[in-house]
Amino acid sequence: MKHVIDSTDLTVEEIDGILKLAQDIIDDKEAYSEACKGKKLATLFFEPSTRTRLSFESAMMELGGNVLGFSSADSSSATKGESVGDTTRVVSCYADIIAMRHPKEGAPMRASMVSGVPIINAGDGGHNHPTQTLTDLLTILREKGRLDNFTIGLCGDLKFGRTVHSLIKALSRYENIKFILIAPKELRVPEYIISEVLEAKNIPYEEVESMEEVMSELDVLYMTRVQKERFFNEADYVRLKDTYILDGKKLKNAKSDLAILHPLPRVNEISVEIDDDPRACYFRQVMNGKFVRMALMLTLLKANGAKLNLSADKLAKIPE
Amino acid sequence: MKIDSIQNGIVLDHITAGKALQVYHDLELDKLDCSVAILQNVKSSKMGKKDILKIDKEYDVNLDVLGYIDPDITVSIIKDGQTVEKKKLALPKKLINVKKCKNPRCITSTEPGIVHIFKLADEKNRIYRCIYCEADK
Repeated sequence: MKHVIDSTDLTVEEIDGILKLAQDIIDDKEAYSEACKGKKLATLFFEPSTRTRLSFESAMMELGGNVLGFSSADSSSATKGESVGDTTRVVSCYADIIAMRHPKEGAPMRASMVSGVPIINAGDGGHNHPTQTLTDLLTILREKGRLDNFTIGLCGDLKFGRTVHSLIKALSRYENIKFILIAPKELRVPEYIISEVLEAKNIPYEEVESMEEVMSELDVLYMTRVQKERFFNEADYVRLKDTYILDGKKLKNAKSDLAILHPLPRVNEISVEIDDDPRACYFRQVMNGKFVRMALMLTLLKANGAKLNLSADKLAKIPE
Repeated sequence: MKIDSIQNGIVLDHITAGKALQVYHDLELDKLDCSVAILQNVKSSKMGKKDILKIDKEYDVNLDVLGYIDPDITVSIIKDGQTVEKKKLALPKKLINVKKCKNPRCITSTEPGIVHIFKLADEKNRIYRCIYCEADK
């Protein structure tokens, strides 16, 4: 049984295949609109999420399938004390594929050990969020036309931001990418990402505290939110908060083909004045998220032997 | 000080001084119904001082636990008073139910009956990561 718990569960070839399939879905939506007819996605969301759950559900609906599930632990048997393992065993009798979000790190991994159907990790605490990573990769690919040979700036909360860690791990497998890590010292990327990913693979990186000094170098800027509660004292937060807000002034020296990404929700870290700038990709990124989830679900269903309602040439486009 | 040789059993030698009780505990030797000798701070030409454990019974020793505690421990199998085999230890690639994850946000902290698994992430620095949450220990 094939599951996706971490973005590194997929090989570079598998990821490239999924991204290629997502692009084919974008180009030819109609051809895939009945692909999952009769199939059911269970969204087991033990903690609330708006975008990710709706994105999964919308993705399955666009494939012609159905959706069941719950959107918070309060409306599941977890309130009665049922284990993740038991909930998964039960739901895998009802559904063909499961997307799980859980506040405990590793819960989808636990589910994958007992599930009779593919499990997709839709976010486990502060740990992994592989479909966000696939979304980010598809967005970079569509905006830049490549997944190698560029400089990416990751800005904001690099310590607790799970999307940042997953993206660094995923991009570290492509050629000639330079990482510029823009964060206050309190929110630097964890040491193990530096030592076990970047330095272990001799990948060039730089750590800076201000985005202005590196803006002109960047091909991609990945913004995340700096949250007040992450700081030890309010004075530091007040001192630094504006440093990590992207506005027109900070973009002055940016390249004309810069791609600005954000996993959303955005609070104030990207000024709304940027939204109409063609370099702002974050709402296109949301759309990409739906398409990449469609591609991922098709890939996992096919890998696990499900019969898909697709023409032979479209079926052949789904990576093995 | 003299401890009698054992006839059939296992000798764990070259244990880093002070670690014998941890080995005794982690191998659950207290559950055996045979004689177990714990020798601490024994003079050693190689190590200065060392600990030794002698188990007076044929026993299927968990080499993963030993390798995790100290891969330099020497394991000798004794039969009829003679050493018949010396086992070489290595850092195990995987630890299964040897240690529990200390990360309170990890699913292992709440899920009943879960198998605690760690994978060797960095051999040089002996870092293991929980396969569920990837926290190290």
